[in-house]
Amino acid sequence: MKFAIQINEGPYQHQASDSAYLFTRTALEKGHEIFRVFFYHDGVGNGTRLTTPPQDDRHIVNRWAELAEKYGLDLVVCVAAAQRRGLVDDGEAERNGKDATNIHPKFRISGLGQLIEAAVQSDRLVVFGD
Amino acid sequence: MSDLHTINKSPFEKSSFDSCMEHVLEGSAVLLYEDGVYAALKGTAAEGKVKSVQGVKVYALGPDLNARGLQEERVIDGVEIVDYAGFVDLAAKHDKVVAWV
Repeated sequence: MKFAIQINEGPYQHQASDSAYLFTRTALEKGHEIFRVFFYHDGVGNGTRLTTPPQDDRHIVNRWAELAEKYGLDLVVCVAAAQRRGLVDDGEAERNGKDATNIHPKFRISGLGQLIEAAVQSDRLVVFGD
Repeated sequence: MSDLHTINKSPFEKSSFDSCMEHVLEGSAVLLYEDGVYAALKGTAAEGKVKSVQGVKVYALGPDLNARGLQEERVIDGVEIVDYAGFVDLAAKHDKVVAWV
């Protein structure tokens, strides 16, 4: 079965990203397909490569990136939510005159249309967060 | 139409559990996870609602019960404890997943 995942909360603040990660990993291990993981609202904070948690804590960003590497996941960050919160890729840095980028290379910034497409193309949309 | 309703907030914090229980249709299922698992405990104000809902199966996510130190003996009889594989199976089995937030 094809799943789309939506995450509305940032890492280390709310359990949503942890719950979504465990759901996604389990679904993949069971042979299901994850069409896309869409990070919305504060969820965009899951996509910064500058995250550095203490060594004895889970690395939420890298954990998503490693899952994406293993299964070829499409990790998409909402552009409007990302701009508000200062999550930047090369294109957005160029367009908005910023002097740095911080998005993890396994994530990409795109629009809300990607969430709609994921919901339409998948058998189920599962939403995590408030 | 058979839906899976997910609740991630304690019934003592937000009204999502109460709203869900008032709207859920017979043949659907409710999964309590994150702080939602507090609604699965015996002897709370939520117990009556969990027990009286007609034709609706209620589940609780085991890893989230464990993370909060809530033993299986404290869970209301009839509430089934599932792991993440069970969560995925429930999402696949029902027609859609409705997140009450």
